[in-house]
Amino acid sequence: MTTPRSIIDKIWDQHVVADLGDGRVLLHIDRHMLHEVTSPQAYAGLAAAGRRLRRPDLTFATADHIVSTENGRTDDTVPGGPEMIRALRANAEATGVALFDLGDVRQGIVHVIAPELGIALPGATLVCGDSHTSTVGALGAMAWGIGTSEVEHVMATQTAILRRPPTMRITVSGTRPAGVSAKDMVLKLIATIGTAGATGYGVEYAGPAIRALSMEERMTVCNMSVELGARFGLIAPDEVTFAYLQGRPFAPAGALWEQAVAAWRALASDPGARFDAEIELDVSSLTPQVSWGTSPQDCIGVGETVPDPEREADPKRRQAMRRALDYIGLEPGTPIRDLPVDMVFIGSCTNSRIEDLRAAAAVLKGRRVAAGLRALVVPGSGQVRRQAEAEGLDRVFTAAGFEWREPGCSMCAGMNADRVPPGKRCVATSNRNFEGRQGPGARTHLASPATAAAAAVAGRIVDARSFEGGA
Amino acid sequence: MPEPIHRITGIAAPLPQANVDTDAIIPKAHLLTIHRSGLGAGLFSEWRFDDDGRERPDFVLNQVPWREAKILLAGENFGCGSSREHAVWSLMDFGIRCVIAPSFASIFHENCQKNGLAAVTLDEAALAHLVACAQATPAAATTVDIEICRVTAPDGRAFPFTMEAARRQALLEGLDEIGASLRHDAAMATFEARDRAQRPWIHALPTA
Repeated sequence: MTTPRSIIDKIWDQHVVADLGDGRVLLHIDRHMLHEVTSPQAYAGLAAAGRRLRRPDLTFATADHIVSTENGRTDDTVPGGPEMIRALRANAEATGVALFDLGDVRQGIVHVIAPELGIALPGATLVCGDSHTSTVGALGAMAWGIGTSEVEHVMATQTAILRRPPTMRITVSGTRPAGVSAKDMVLKLIATIGTAGATGYGVEYAGPAIRALSMEERMTVCNMSVELGARFGLIAPDEVTFAYLQGRPFAPAGALWEQAVAAWRALASDPGARFDAEIELDVSSLTPQVSWGTSPQDCIGVGETVPDPEREADPKRRQAMRRALDYIGLEPGTPIRDLPVDMVFIGSCTNSRIEDLRAAAAVLKGRRVAAGLRALVVPGSGQVRRQAEAEGLDRVFTAAGFEWREPGCSMCAGMNADRVPPGKRCVATSNRNFEGRQGPGARTHLASPATAAAAAVAGRIVDARSFEGGA
Repeated sequence: MPEPIHRITGIAAPLPQANVDTDAIIPKAHLLTIHRSGLGAGLFSEWRFDDDGRERPDFVLNQVPWREAKILLAGENFGCGSSREHAVWSLMDFGIRCVIAPSFASIFHENCQKNGLAAVTLDEAALAHLVACAQATPAAATTVDIEICRVTAPDGRAFPFTMEAARRQALLEGLDEIGASLRHDAAMATFEARDRAQRPWIHALPTA
């Protein structure tokens, strides 16, 4: 009898090109996504060494981090930006890499377009010079973020050097209450095990509450795997995955599709497969989550109060909490609900897909953004934007007083013109509330699209479930 | 290609807070470049400088002698967050050659190795001792010996550390990792031929 294997074991075994000894292997990379911030130095290194890009047919590029999200945009963005966009264009052309450029409906946030175009596939390895590459693990791919030197390595060899990561299974059970989203689920998970809770692990998300998620909700969960410290996080493919992928431009078609699906069905972890760690979470009593501090683990239910560092036993944690409260401008014991906010941002690779926009629009329909509050909605891709416009969501947003913008990382990266001014408070659907993440001195509160939309209307943090359309 | 590195002797700056993320190490305003060089100016820039660009005197790397530090004494999960390799480039451009921490975030740890920045893991007690030494005798040198895997504090106390053999070898040799991988070209060709037969949908893509 053969040893039961996890989905991670199966994908790993399929991709080993060579054993380098000392526990390291050369692992084949099936898909490589490039963007304008982490690829130019890799291209320069490749050229300096006189090496060629080995598999342009498996490599795809788009510009997302620094692009303007203004309507009618051009290459012009923040100083230094146009040079990076043009470098990406020149490099992609010189190496025969498909580029989804500004003006192309396929352009968008790299982790939104990889699944949307059918580039990311179950059982595939996919890398990108961006930590949120874990997003596409939702399709059952092993997908992780790499640095620029590794980007160059993949360009030259179509492999990455890896040590087999320890594996963790996170089993989520229970029925998610109405009005509570996948974002709330993953924020609660991070709050529970901490931002280093899965450091270095390859994670499989499993259990009935994961199975019940739509494809896009799964992406939201896998997106934040890196906020647990995980190398990657994935979900075994099932009928939801196959229905999502079929017919997408770069997904296999015809007989190849049938052959691929048959192989993908065999990917699920075998009964009895061993994991190095197991974690369980029950979401039956989950409530909408909002962050109060400067780490994604600093999350509480919308009905709870800001925790008191003096009640924290661990001195380092106490110190970190004090620092976070000082930065974010909050006192212990303050209810997070009713906290006034200055800005709302709906977008990012965590929550900028069509279902996210629908959830936000359901709350906003027939309502107006509070006076003096700036609200942005930034679709994750040109295709998301087009779909939303076809459904009339853009009109719901603009009628409510939201800015309806072009696709890009926008206010999540803080590297383009979209910033939160110093000291201003922003409810954001993005993934990081670090000091300065949305701009120097910016105060970020992470939340779901419904919670963000409700905050925009109320001008303060509220429970979206009290709104019609929010539950 | 990284320079070979055997031993680092120098001033150690204490920055022992946990979860220092790469956004803090190199804020994004400094990522707007297509080059690897000159990023030291952006290192910890929001902590080092005030809104008018003046140095904040209370930040460790603005203080004598720590502004000359070659070694950074850091807290757990150092380098978490964004994958930006600019974080490593900026540390090195500033003059840091070694970071000692109880743990490192995965991508940052890899980025260190690719650039020859020594990332040394020591337990909290050893780090607390090094931090105490750095504060008591700031100008005294700490030594990190990669050959024998040992950190020697300014007071002479020594702390052995473990480092995966391949990581250590890469530091000692200044390895051209891509060049080494390319020597497996035959294995790559064999893999591709087999994989095209097993998983044709991975290799036969419609054109864009």
